Formats: sequence, structure tokens, C-alpha cells
Amino acid sequence: MSDEEFAQTKYRRSEQTEDGHHSDKEIAESRGHLQERLNRRSFLAGTAGLLGMIATSSCSWQEFFQQNFRKMSKKEIQETVDRLQAEYKSKYGKEFVVGTESPLDATMFGYGLDIQRCIGCRRCVYACVEENNLSRDPQIQYIRVLRFRDGTMNLEESTIYYDAEEVPQKGYYYMPVQCQHCANPPCIKVCPVQATWMEPDGIVVVDYNWCIGCRYCMAACPYMGRWFNFKEPAIPKDEVNTQTHYLGNRPRMRNVVEKCTFCIQRVRIGKYPKCVEVCPVGARKFGNLLDPDSEISNIIKTKRVFRLKEELNTQPKFYYFFAT
Amino acid sequence: MERSGFIIEAGRRLIKGPPIYYFWVVLLAVLAFIGVYAYTKQIQAGLIVTGMTSYVSWGLYIGNFTFLVGVAAAAVLLIIPAYLYDFGPIKEIVIVGEALAVSALLMCLMFVTADLGRPDRVWHLIPGLGILNLPSSLLGWDIVVLNGYLFLNLFIPGYILWNAYYDKPVNMRFILPFILLSIPWAVSIHTVTAFIYNGLAARPFWNASILAPRFLASAFCSGPSLIILLFQLVRNYTKFHVKDEALFKIAEMIAVAMAINLFLLGAEFFKELYSDTHHLAPLRYLYLGLHGKGVLIPWIWTALIFNIFAFVIFLIPATRKSFVTLNLGCVLIIVGIWIEKGMGLIIPGFIPSPLGEVWEFIPTTIEILVSMGIWAIGLLILTLILKIIIPIETGDFSKSGRVADHI
Repeated sequence: MSDEEFAQTKYRRSEQTEDGHHSDKEIAESRGHLQERLNRRSFLAGTAGLLGMIATSSCSWQEFFQQNFRKMSKKEIQETVDRLQAEYKSKYGKEFVVGTESPLDATMFGYGLDIQRCIGCRRCVYACVEENNLSRDPQIQYIRVLRFRDGTMNLEESTIYYDAEEVPQKGYYYMPVQCQHCANPPCIKVCPVQATWMEPDGIVVVDYNWCIGCRYCMAACPYMGRWFNFKEPAIPKDEVNTQTHYLGNRPRMRNVVEKCTFCIQRVRIGKYPKCVEVCPVGARKFGNLLDPDSEISNIIKTKRVFRLKEELNTQPKFYYFFAT
Repeated sequence: MERSGFIIEAGRRLIKGPPIYYFWVVLLAVLAFIGVYAYTKQIQAGLIVTGMTSYVSWGLYIGNFTFLVGVAAAAVLLIIPAYLYDFGPIKEIVIVGEALAVSALLMCLMFVTADLGRPDRVWHLIPGLGILNLPSSLLGWDIVVLNGYLFLNLFIPGYILWNAYYDKPVNMRFILPFILLSIPWAVSIHTVTAFIYNGLAARPFWNASILAPRFLASAFCSGPSLIILLFQLVRNYTKFHVKDEALFKIAEMIAVAMAINLFLLGAEFFKELYSDTHHLAPLRYLYLGLHGKGVLIPWIWTALIFNIFAFVIFLIPATRKSFVTLNLGCVLIIVGIWIEKGMGLIIPGFIPSPLGEVWEFIPTTIEILVSMGIWAIGLLILTLILKIIIPIETGDFSKSGRVADHI
């Protein structure tokens, strides 16, 4: 690690510890976004409020006959969103935003992970759990930080169950793995009901209300990128994230599959995925692969990159790289 | 009027029988009831009550499903040798085989449904109403071929029995094309089921071209073994007759199928052991254990020993033609293939996980009870179907009212 990098690491670390998890700037930023979104939605929320309350009584009936998200009309989507917001309010006692932002034009999201810089602190793992409303019991984590002994890259010899007082540990390196958002995704083609698909901006999503819970996609994924809610997901009321997206972090129901969506609820409104934002060493990069000047495009052009299990031709849009 | 006459008479036949029949039906009904009760627990709590996890995401249900697809396929494939070797009255053999195929298929559908997280959403699979992801999803194809096969196996015996009931001659020119169609269709159901697993590059244990041929070879062992036992039962309790030679001929076929099955297993062993790559891990887990874990080891060795032992029994003419050893061989094969093509196939596919973790699968009591319940329902269906169709076929039960005194 170069001196410059080390300084950067220290700086970012102190930024993290000063006020718990976020810098003031970050919080102000996200509040600004929130305000924008609330203004945009307050009108809709008002008119929908009454409808929503009526809807809750016959909620399960409407849920039963709900169509696949991609087949719904704008009106049906709005009705569904209203219904979900009412449902979540009664369950968590909070106002939810269930966004349906469309993909941005000329955008194909890609991810970069600096394998040299990652210190294995797992802040990304826990930030992801909170951001994406992952079940705490049973525990689901989209990101798995693998620890390898220096000089090896055998997955079977790696472990995610390391318990260290201080990271990084000497003699080891770390490799976080999550959904790789493959360009040739084996999980999508096996789904018998098209409950999972790739959005035009490259994000692989699941329609939780369309999934029949057969778990074929989980068998097909070579990266452990998919998780199943074997029972009703448990999220503490005071920790639930109310800023959600229909195809992303809205609270799920039991017996359906879920996965990392690059924080679709954030990236579609111009924010970074939570794991990128929270990484104390800046090992995580994110951007538009179609923009030749983006950070991710530059990394692919100028650094040594590799993709996990490239021999399977899944063509991940998730690049591991060496910064130096 | 005519139909109600049939229903009343059929109902009368279903409730009439020797004590052993009552005992059998009541036993199955009790097991079925326990299974349904266990399933309601699963519906209430979610799949958390099973032993499955996000690591081993398929288990006992899908294992049984895979085994039973083989049984359904092989039951009908017996039509070919039945023709070639003149086993006896071909229509009767077809009908008993198809009754077994129908029950096995219904069990398959029940096992897949039990495995589904959201059975309330099965309508999503119906084209038009929902979306059936064809041609890309093999599970979609499996639904198509299984239902098509179910239709064929209801239609063919339905037509034959309808005519028998009304004492009309069967128009073989009409029904023969359907019987012939059911033969490649039987091959297709087991091939497509193999392709479900075979097509997944993420799971090296399944991602071998030898999988579909192995499926067919093992199905030709387990299905006919069940048929041999079933024919003996049927001919013991009814006027339906199958020649001894026919049963011995089936046993001879099983010997050939088992030889192929063991050969293919050996070929797989060689490839994995000699090349000695990472892909060896699931096989090592299955037979020797991995990182100190290996709940399947005693099971898979039992399967291997049973299969080899049964192969020897069926290979030697003297033991093949003695009913004691013949039946022993059948039981050994059914158990052996049930392990090999059930849990022995599904579980190691998930171990180690794609990121190298070893998490084992052990079925829970609820899972076992549900599976037992499905088997009980399937056997109950088979018993009741045979109770009605065999008397029709032997001419004891027809519209003209020649009702025999015994069953």
C-alpha cells in the first residue's frame, strides 16, 4: 500500500468514526434527495391515502391477482404502489416511499472492486442489510466477504467466518462477493415465470410479487447471489428503511427470492449504492459503463481487471481490479 | 343414467374387498392425512420448517420428484418389450403400466408443489393467464412434457376401458398412434428432468453430459422393478394374468439397464478422479465426506451395494427365475435407485456452495411427513385406479352387468 493510499484510508476511516456511520455532508446530501422525492410524491400520496385505506381491507385479494410488473399499466402500477405503501404503514407504522423510477437513458451500470484495497471490515455487509431491509432473523446478507490466505485463490479454502480484532489481518487478503449482475445471467433464463429479468440499465431484478418460490435461479447462480426468505423477514421497526423501490429494497414477503440490485432505489436517483458509499477505504467503485469517461470505464481501461468465474461465460458487470 | 350407473357400481367396487384391502387403504389414508396436516404447518410457517437453506435450496421433495419421474417414464417404456416378446395381453400390460405412470406423475406434481414457496401463485405458470417462460426455462419445458404425458396416460387407458365397459372392440388403428407417441414422450419427460439440472454450469456435479443417459438407465431399473412387484400383486388378487416368463424377461432387461447404469457411474468416477479438479469436491462429499461433513456417506454406499447386489441377482438366470430372489432384487433396486437418483443426486449438487462453503442438508420431521403423505396419496390413487380398471379389463365389470362375485 502506498503512503498516499494509506493516508486516504486513514482519512476515510476517521470520517466514518466521527459521527457513527456517515459524514455530515452525506447526511445533508441524502436529506436533500429525500426532500425532493417527498415533494414529488406528496401530491400522489395525498390522493392515494384514502384509496389506500380502502384497499387494505381487500389487500390480499388484489395481491393475489397482481400481474407481472412488466405487464402492468401505469395505472395498475400506481394502484399497487398505493396498496403497498398502505400495507407497509400498517405493518411498520411509517410512511413508505415505494418508487418505480425507470432506468436512466444511455446507462449501463457497472461495478469495480479494488481487491488490493479492501480491508475486510464488512461495513458494506452491514450497511447493505440496513439499506436494503434484509431479514435479520433468519439473517440474510447480500455481500459475502471472503478471506483468502495470501498466495491462494481457491474458493473452497476461503472463509467468510473470520473473527478478527483488527483488519486487515497479516497474511490474508479479502474479496467481497455479491450479485455480479451478469450480462449473460444464468439465473434469468431458468426462471419458469419470468419473475426475474435484466433492466435496460443492466440491473438484474426480481418481482417479489411474481416469484413462485421454486428456487431454480438459486441453483443456477454461480456466485451465491440469490437468497430466499424461508420465513417472514424480520426487520426491526426502528431500523426499517422507508425509502424504497418496487424492484429493490421494499419489504419482501416470505418464500420468495431476493438479491442485490446495486441499490436500485439509490442509483436511479443519482446516488451511489450503499456499499460504495460506506466503504472506508474507497475500494468500491460504481458508474456507467456506457460513459467512456466514467470512473468505472477508466478502471477497466487502465487497470488490471478480472471477473469471477469468467470461464462460465456469465459476463459479470462486476470487475475486480488492482489499483496499483 | 348410464354414467350414474357406472359411478354407483364403481363406488360399490371400491368399498368391497378382503380385510387386507381395508387395512391397506386405511393405512394409506391415515398417512395421507398426517402428510396433509404437516403440509398445512409448512404453509403457515413457510419453508423454514424444512431442512432447506439458501445453500442447499432443494432437498427431499425434489429428490423424490426426480426418482418418480423415472418411475413414470419407465412404466410406459415397458410397452416396447411387451410387444416384442409377447408378454401376454398387451392392452392389460399397457393399462397397468399407465396406471402406475399416472400415480407416479401425480406424486411428481405434488412433490413439486410441496417444494414451491408460493403455491398460491402457480397460476403464474399458465400461459395466457401468467407467463410460462418458454423456450428458455427447462422447468417450463418440464411442466409441458409432464402434463402432456399425464394427458396421454389418462387418454389411452380411458379409451380402452371405455370400450371394454361397453363391450365394444378397441379400434387399435385409432389408439395405436397414441400408444406409440407415449414411448418417445416417456423418454422426453426423464430427459427434460435431467436437463433441469444438467444445464446449470454453476453446479459441476450436474453439469455433465452423462446425466441424462444415467437418468434413463437408472429409470429402466427402478420403474420395471416396481412393475414386477405390481404385476405379481395384481395377478394374485385378480383374474388379470401375466406370464412368469414376462416377469423374468423384465428382470433380464433390468440386468442390462443396471449394467449400463453402473458403467456410466464408473465413467463418471474415472473422469472426476483422474482429472482431479475442483469438480471432484461434490463427489468426494457424497462418497467420502468433505471438511468432516458427510451425512450422505452411509446412504450412497448402501445404494451402491444394493445396486451391485441386485445386478448380480438379475444377471444369474437361477436367481432371476426364483421369485424369492427376484423380489429381493426388485426391492434392493427400488431402494438403491431412490437413494441414488433422489437425495444422492440433488444434495451433492449444492455442496460445496458456489463460494466453497459446506452446509449440509438434513430433512426435518415435517418434510419427511409431507413426503410420506404424498407417497401415501400416490399409492392410494394407484390402488383405487387398479381396483376399478382391472375388473373392467378382465370383463368382470361392464355395462351389460356381468358383475362377478369376487373382486
